[in-house]
Amino acid sequence: MFHWLEKNPFFFAVGVFLVIAFAGLIEILPNFAEASRPVAGLRPYTVLELAGKEVYKKDQCIACHSQLIRPFKAETDRYGQYSLSGEYAYDRPFLWGSKRTGPDLHRVGNYRTTDWHENHMWDPTSVVPGSIMPAYKHHFTNIADIETAYAEAVTVKNVFKTPYGDDIKAGKEAWEAYKPTVLAEASKITAHMKNKDVKDMVAAGKVPEVVALIAYLNSLGTSRYKAKK
Amino acid sequence: MQSNAALEYDYSVAKLFTYTTILFGFLGMLIGTLIAAQLAFPDLNYLLGEYGTFSRLRPLHTNIVIFGFTLSGVFATFYYSAQRVLKVSMAESKFIMFIGKLHFWLYFVGALIGVITLLLGYTQAKEYAQFEWPVDIAIVIVWVLWGVAMFALIGIRREKALYISMWYYIACFLGVAMLYLFNNMSVPTYFTSGGVGSIMHSVSMYSGTNDALVQWWYGHNAVAFGFTVPIVAMIYYFLPKESGQAVYSYKLSLLSFWGLMFVYLWAGSHHLLWSTVPDWMQTMGSVFSIVLILPSWGSAINMLLTMKGEWNQLTENPLIKFMVLASTFYMLSTLEGPIQAIKSVNAIAHFTDWIPGHVHDGVLGWVVFMIMAALFHMAPRMFKREIYSKKLLEAQFWLQTTAVVLYFTSMWIAGITQGMMWRAVDEYGNLMYSFIDTVTVLHPYYAIRALSGVMYLTGFLMFAYNMIKTMSSSRELTEEPQFRSPMA
Repeated sequence: MFHWLEKNPFFFAVGVFLVIAFAGLIEILPNFAEASRPVAGLRPYTVLELAGKEVYKKDQCIACHSQLIRPFKAETDRYGQYSLSGEYAYDRPFLWGSKRTGPDLHRVGNYRTTDWHENHMWDPTSVVPGSIMPAYKHHFTNIADIETAYAEAVTVKNVFKTPYGDDIKAGKEAWEAYKPTVLAEASKITAHMKNKDVKDMVAAGKVPEVVALIAYLNSLGTSRYKAKK
Repeated sequence: MQSNAALEYDYSVAKLFTYTTILFGFLGMLIGTLIAAQLAFPDLNYLLGEYGTFSRLRPLHTNIVIFGFTLSGVFATFYYSAQRVLKVSMAESKFIMFIGKLHFWLYFVGALIGVITLLLGYTQAKEYAQFEWPVDIAIVIVWVLWGVAMFALIGIRREKALYISMWYYIACFLGVAMLYLFNNMSVPTYFTSGGVGSIMHSVSMYSGTNDALVQWWYGHNAVAFGFTVPIVAMIYYFLPKESGQAVYSYKLSLLSFWGLMFVYLWAGSHHLLWSTVPDWMQTMGSVFSIVLILPSWGSAINMLLTMKGEWNQLTENPLIKFMVLASTFYMLSTLEGPIQAIKSVNAIAHFTDWIPGHVHDGVLGWVVFMIMAALFHMAPRMFKREIYSKKLLEAQFWLQTTAVVLYFTSMWIAGITQGMMWRAVDEYGNLMYSFIDTVTVLHPYYAIRALSGVMYLTGFLMFAYNMIKTMSSSRELTEEPQFRSPMA
């Protein structure tokens, strides 16, 4: 059979394809529907949080930080409750990461505050002596793309039935109508920040990346489906 | 192998890809060395403003070495060896020449655009699948062109039976096509939101745990079909050619090929041990990772036994040295991987530096060594000149081998140290170390790794210099060398 295959490239290729496609079908498909169900009460990310997630992606925080707490006592002691599949139901893409040069962030919203993040992004060693994380000062001046974040919310609502409200809908006018909601959420963050330029920018209708990022980091944890103690 | 005196092969496309292999190899390793140094000396993060942080550069490093350096090497060796094992010249068909050149230029332009978009921060943030959807489409077109060139060459072949290397190139083509397409399925948000926001942005078709499964089914097997399969294709062609020895066992190569094809894809879920994917998938990934030793070692042993009775060549020919060491590192790396895939070992190893350590003994010791040896073998035949300097080749070999050993030993120690510190508890059961304690302790190992990077990069520059000299000013050859590559 093998000799025959080696002389018939078409059937050889078909054979190879069947052999390699097999595993994916068996490992990925059976649990597909179940693995995409959210935990009870989980709310989707707000538009500001989505914009923050884009900052997290753009500057590749994932290169050094995981978002996956494994079910070991050493991990639950350090980071909190271990991660549940249903908590990731609205994560597109998943951001588990594969390397912890820095600590896990899946519950960071439970134990870090807005002002801590503000200090940390400006100069990590000011709050964590010995830290090797670079400072992200450009997050204080670069403007986050909240419009694209809104487009993402519309997309996941329409295509994947993510439960957003009726005010999230397609079109430029709908976005202009929604924008004040995002700015209001941003001012709630800046109320706890001290950088004056950042506060001014939000007041002027622009959201610096650091504000969106902090909104996103604050949302990581159990607060998206459990009331805070 | 038969005599091929009558055929004049056309190497114009192979040459073009040889140039980009050298270019992207240098660029990728330069960035790699820089980011390695950044972990030891964080001040190096600020050389290029917001574009120069470790986090922004890391995907640039991985993508340039994978899609730039390695793929260029794969294409260069393919366009060189496929003609020879199929016994046809590209010059026989204008269509194939056109497709081959189009393949190269689209690839080169696509790669440049890819690098720029990553630097600007357009990313899907999935490992080794960072490119946003417009770049993905370009990659698919480039890939299809390669497939067209491959099957067109096969279509007009004179040698009816496909040589082992061709099996692996075909598998590389099919495997990467399938994996890349499914993992990069995404919806561009601009079109579904009525023209709001950036046209570059897209959102993954899969969410959370499912996205993780698809990603690591891809991520693990992008390594399989990009870093293993085509490199095995190379060693099956170039080691027998350079040594003048026939492949040791046809049956072993059959077993290894079909075994590798069947087993590799299952092992992807070993990247997700102790995560939220179902337990049975994790166990499946673990078990198949162990089984994977069999076909991997099958190929490697087949190559080592090909040298049976001819081990004297190891001392006389530096190219044989490169290839034998590559094969040995392949064995080390494919034993280390399964060990890390055992659940209890993974509990310590995962998220630590042992993982990049493992990746790099594979890529630096196996992939890069094999590609460099292949290009050195090709150069005298493509450019009709002898290799510029044997001394330089020897020095490069020892410098880079030392660098690889420094790299993986330092990362083994760093990884296991950190993994143990994360879980260490005192007599009352409290955690002994804060996270930052487990970072500062790694400084010496990060410094050693950065040093190994500098050494390896220097070795690569020696390779580049030797190649450029071979192309331009080395002694000309009157006839094609049959086996051993001539060198000054």
